[in-house]
Amino acid sequence: MSGIVSYGAYIPSHKIETGEIASVWGADGSAWAKNLNVYSKSVPGPDEDVITIAVEATRLAMKRAKLGGINIGAIYTGSESHPYAVKPTSTIVAEAIGATPNLTAADFEFACKAGTAAIQTCLGIVGNNQVENGIAIGVDTSQGAPGDALEYSASAGGGTVIIGNKNVIATINHTTSYTTDTPDFWRREGQKYPRHGGRFTGKPAFFKHVMMCGKMIMDMAGSKPEDYDYVVTHQPNGKFPIRAAKSLGFTEEQYKTGLLTPRIGNTYSGAVFLGLAAILDIAKPGDRILAVAYGSGAGSDGFDLTVTDEIAKMDRSETVEDMISRMEIINYATYAKYRGKLNMGDSK
Amino acid sequence: MSVPRFWRELDTRYNLIGSYCKITDTYHYPRRSFNPEAGRESIGSMEDYQFKGTGTVVTPTVVHQAQTGYEMFGPYCMAIIELDEGPRITSQIVDCRPDAVKSGMRVKSVFRKLGEDSESGILHYGTKFILFGNDTDDELDEDNIDNVEL
Repeated sequence: MSGIVSYGAYIPSHKIETGEIASVWGADGSAWAKNLNVYSKSVPGPDEDVITIAVEATRLAMKRAKLGGINIGAIYTGSESHPYAVKPTSTIVAEAIGATPNLTAADFEFACKAGTAAIQTCLGIVGNNQVENGIAIGVDTSQGAPGDALEYSASAGGGTVIIGNKNVIATINHTTSYTTDTPDFWRREGQKYPRHGGRFTGKPAFFKHVMMCGKMIMDMAGSKPEDYDYVVTHQPNGKFPIRAAKSLGFTEEQYKTGLLTPRIGNTYSGAVFLGLAAILDIAKPGDRILAVAYGSGAGSDGFDLTVTDEIAKMDRSETVEDMISRMEIINYATYAKYRGKLNMGDSK
Repeated sequence: MSVPRFWRELDTRYNLIGSYCKITDTYHYPRRSFNPEAGRESIGSMEDYQFKGTGTVVTPTVVHQAQTGYEMFGPYCMAIIELDEGPRITSQIVDCRPDAVKSGMRVKSVFRKLGEDSESGILHYGTKFILFGNDTDDELDEDNIDNVEL
């Protein structure tokens, strides 16, 4: 059965605390942190973007699987912050892992679930033996407008999964999607910052899609919440995923490992990938995982996975927890400098 | 830098591809087709080689007057690094305080943005280095102002 052959993750080494952002806008940092359940968020350096994060996560995945570029037949990168409007992120990743030229590559965009759509695409072409292994990447360096609620959560990070049929560390038993036209969050062509529908992003958007997709995938698998060891959903803040997981019938023990937003913020397309990576970092053979992504616009992709004996043979050092523990706090001035929020006038 | 020139050097910058000389059993970076130590014998004896990306800082310096395109880093660390295979290269060392980098520290390569032609121009990616496996605090103590003889 097709599934995950390897996985990688990358989180930038800088972070800013919610209280620091709030102090700039005269807001109550403690209240914001508690309301969002986001206490700090990752910040990319001036030389980090979607491409560099995708390359680092993919190189880690390739190293863990001991694969060479010649073993890769497809690369799809899902993001809403690709550095180029026209020119693929995926070709640069392909070159950086030595996978060119005999492969297919494309960039995906579906808000925060573009990466999981890439997983489904890889499952299709791996399943019918078009390619030996396909790489799906979910990564973002999204930004919120200064002072906007999104500024407290929009962060950076990403993950890679390699999908194949051999040496699978986690089989993907089932996948399904739930998709509608729901305008809860968007960014128009040429605009630097996204806009959102405030409270409209909750019930008719995130919760409706995640809940429906979660129920659909469990119906498809004939499973119940208690059959799973771990659950991970998209996590635009630290509260929504907890409420969604509890409403579906899951417990804190099942969702806490994959819930990273309180410490690293919302990594958008990277969120489910990083949560899944944190789970795979510690998972044992036989563990069962439910993953439900969400992308505004809107849709959810659900996955039912079972960890195999192969995972015990993999070198799983360089964990997500290692990356989080290395993060160093920066102040708002440095954050503004790193994220291009300073007006340099004619000096640059 | 012109687009074709950067494109020609992609694998050198992305993947630290250099050369191995079969005559002298030595490694070279960037890639070269001729080894001056071996003379004309080396022509045809140079093989492509991908460096492991690990090395040691030979000598660092802190740049306070950032060069164009690096203003957002300032101040930042540049260092001469000796790769484990032998060649020495100059690179920025990132993700640390610039004054934390000392001679003898271990580094490893990371994939980063090197620059861009302009806001609408091509983006340049390649290799930089980060510290790894060093006890930074101990190294810093050696340079404490109390230890400096004036």
